[in-house]
Amino acid sequence: MRYLPLTDADRADMLAVIGAADIDALFVDVPKAARLDGPVDLPGHAGELAVERALGALAGQNRAAGAGPFFCGAGAYRHHVPASVDHLIQRSEFLTSYTPYQPEISQGTLQVLFEFQTQVAALMGLPVANASMYDGSTACAEAVMMAARVTGRRKAVLSGGLHPHYAQTAHTLAHSAGVETRRLGAAVDAERAVVEAIDEGTACVVVQTPNVFGTVTDVTAIAEAAHAAGALIIVVAAEAVSLGLLKSPGEMGADIAVAEGQSIGNGLNFGGPYVGLFACREALTRQMPGRLCGETVDAEGRRGFVLTLSTREQHIRRDKATSNICTNSGLCALAFSIHMSLLGGAGLRALAEENHAQARALHAALAAPPGVEILTHRYFNEFALRLPRPAAEVVESLAAKGILAGVPFSRLDPEAGLGDVLLVCATEMTTAEDIAALASALKAEITP
Amino acid sequence: MNAVPGVGRPTRPDAVASPAAPAHPGKGLAQDEPLIFELGGWDKTGVDFSAKARGGDRDSSDLEGLTRAVPLRLPGLSEPETLRHYVRLSQKNHAIDLALYPLGSCTMKHNPRMGEKLARLAGFADIHPLQPISTVQGALALMGQLAHWLKTLTGMPAIALSPKAGAHGELCGLLAIRAAHEARGDARKTVLVPTSAHGTNPATAALAGYQVAQIAQTADGHVDLADLAGKLHPDVAAVMVTNPNTCGLFERDVIEIARLTHEAGAYFYCDGANFNAIVGRVRPGDLGVDAMHINLHKTFSTPHGGGGPGAGPVVLSAALAPYAPIPWLTQGEAGFDLTEEATGGAKSSVGRMCAFHGQMGMFVRALAYMKSHGSDGLLRVAEDAVLNANYVKARLSGVMTASYPDGPCMHEVLFDDRWLEGTGVSTLDFAKAMIDAGFHPMTMYFPLVVRGAMLIEPTETESRRELDRFCDTLLDLAAAVRARDVERFKGAPFHAPLRRLDETLAARKPRLAWTL
Repeated sequence: MRYLPLTDADRADMLAVIGAADIDALFVDVPKAARLDGPVDLPGHAGELAVERALGALAGQNRAAGAGPFFCGAGAYRHHVPASVDHLIQRSEFLTSYTPYQPEISQGTLQVLFEFQTQVAALMGLPVANASMYDGSTACAEAVMMAARVTGRRKAVLSGGLHPHYAQTAHTLAHSAGVETRRLGAAVDAERAVVEAIDEGTACVVVQTPNVFGTVTDVTAIAEAAHAAGALIIVVAAEAVSLGLLKSPGEMGADIAVAEGQSIGNGLNFGGPYVGLFACREALTRQMPGRLCGETVDAEGRRGFVLTLSTREQHIRRDKATSNICTNSGLCALAFSIHMSLLGGAGLRALAEENHAQARALHAALAAPPGVEILTHRYFNEFALRLPRPAAEVVESLAAKGILAGVPFSRLDPEAGLGDVLLVCATEMTTAEDIAALASALKAEITP
Repeated sequence: MNAVPGVGRPTRPDAVASPAAPAHPGKGLAQDEPLIFELGGWDKTGVDFSAKARGGDRDSSDLEGLTRAVPLRLPGLSEPETLRHYVRLSQKNHAIDLALYPLGSCTMKHNPRMGEKLARLAGFADIHPLQPISTVQGALALMGQLAHWLKTLTGMPAIALSPKAGAHGELCGLLAIRAAHEARGDARKTVLVPTSAHGTNPATAALAGYQVAQIAQTADGHVDLADLAGKLHPDVAAVMVTNPNTCGLFERDVIEIARLTHEAGAYFYCDGANFNAIVGRVRPGDLGVDAMHINLHKTFSTPHGGGGPGAGPVVLSAALAPYAPIPWLTQGEAGFDLTEEATGGAKSSVGRMCAFHGQMGMFVRALAYMKSHGSDGLLRVAEDAVLNANYVKARLSGVMTASYPDGPCMHEVLFDDRWLEGTGVSTLDFAKAMIDAGFHPMTMYFPLVVRGAMLIEPTETESRRELDRFCDTLLDLAAAVRARDVERFKGAPFHAPLRRLDETLAARKPRLAWTL
């Protein structure tokens, strides 16, 4: 019981101070019928070494991305995280603190959030960003609900290039709030189709760039069309590193921009925890979900930071709040912010260019095998291929040979009729040897 | 303790007049730290790239017209500058590792570092959520074990692991309830929530498309059964109750609450934020609960991280299990699998709550915590948490006014401000003075059912010595209140990195990002 400081002598003394006969006397409000006689049917306590062995064995049954050539993306990206990032987020004062409700003794976290918001706003090309969301998919769903609040309309049009998990999440969350989502058919390069689907009840269109097939789109014209119809445009980026190279959502007319921030400072972690980035135009600030950190002064006039505009939030507004969110993704936002502080604008641009260059090398190598058709032509660090066989089979077969070849689109959307489509991704982690290994193995796999 | 030679040291440090504070960029170990945007570094980067990338000769011509016209203006710092920046900032935070952190209903307990080590194993941290299922059997097995432990501890037959935090779990539970009603063609419109509920409860109910009606509370801090019975119309979809509640009391009529709720055709949602008080001793499934979220970052001690990430798995009754969100974890002869589409056997699912499969990093830490304690240790967790809270209550009750003095509390104890009446000191003032004495304040002004609430949750990971240090401090402050030393409170804190901050100014003219 290495985490429990009380000794039996302490317990006896404390019960005496309380004036209770025994520990059961403190549970007197629990109905007798509900009290357990003894421990539940689970193993007893275990030492640190035993637990490490048990969980280490489970970890050992997974193939780590670093164990061989690896090309998976589709919403989660493997990038290098500097050692200082992971060291700093394990500082006790960051790791074991709570939400900064007492600003006088939380300035560390609060200043980080203010810096984080500034970094996110700059990346998005928009003036305001919040202090993070759970992840990119829930940020996207919150953006849809926010657009409905802002416009008073109840319909959202989702592009066929939006990550299917994002579309499903938006559907689940927005539907309950009375907002209907319409997702257009999956298409590699058809973001403009959302314009045709806009009507007078449309609150927003949701467009992802680079989209789930990797296609990069300038959404300026789509934004103009949406605005002309009185709708908002939400721009989604599932790969935050792309924002170092590509036009920002704000530059293209986005009202709200959301992104998955995992790829800066955070590992793959089998899908979570991640960090959602959320930014918008200034006029929409008071309709934002989630926490906001703002600058102010203390009693002696010194600059300081506080959580602010909390009259939007559940702990004040209860059933009238803009969102039910309480917990955000603070530590992942810290990791993002530290990595971003190391990179700077110039470094992120260089990193993004490195990613793009690796993807071009991968693109060139995979264009060669006969039978492979490359579907994506304007891409950042991932693109889609059509294979002559079901992609899931090919991926499984290559996995057995030690290559994680990418994500079959059918894993994300089995109903789309794109069972032969494979999504592949390259980052700065990808080597020339990895690319050669995939090209060669793929060729062998699909050659009759 | 080593003996300290007296030579060269002032024997009476307080006799030495402290000079007027000069404008230096620090004070002892406390360093001032500007924003990263004020440290220069606009053209630098603290990351080295290959010669090609550095030379800027990467070819992006295929993206012509799609790239940033204006360079991204963000500073980059060298590694030493970065370390200094964040270490200096960290020292402006309170933390559990520093002292007792008595935030009621937040369960700020010790975070074992073993969890940090294990979550960083490549087999957990460096696996992709969409890798072939055959390559992540260990990860799915871990999720399976976590599910088994949580189901066993709660006595519930099903679980949804994917919700990302408590409020997300609440929404998951209410969506399942809504789907269950709709499947019967019995769409209902109202959710009943006690007045003492956490703000997320009504906010979630509204988000799930329900109207919220309040249940009154009795004078002794419990759900008013008569009021509940009177409000359980056929239109009520669910009753949401936190148990133990935010007054720190176990709802002793909980079985009757469940019975009345079910009799009215509604479902019983339990907010599991305070599960720490009863883990291993009481199974919510035995109380008639249909759905309950579990904050892994509270009861199972995954670090709060300055406000997240959390994790909010939801246990479900058999009636609600078919509506659980995807993905579903299944186990067959070939091993573990994930059902990732709301079709076929999962067609009744409410759908997807988020991308991928939930907070894996938190699952690893929570399972490590549970396995370390085991069934015997978890029982002790609840007992010690309740013992510590009652000890604090016993030590402070003579001076501060406990809102519910009769009988024991559970894992947290609620005081109000009656004892401060006429002293010129408010709950806020008292809390801020605690900062000067080295402690983080308790939860203030919540729950809303008593005036000037002070909700203290010490948790089981505090030693008796630390509890006494905390209680002695509060008693000392209380003595200062009685001595009408109002100045000590009104201006507090005096010794924190900053004095009280102007929150009105922050909200009136929001400045949410740095600008030149």
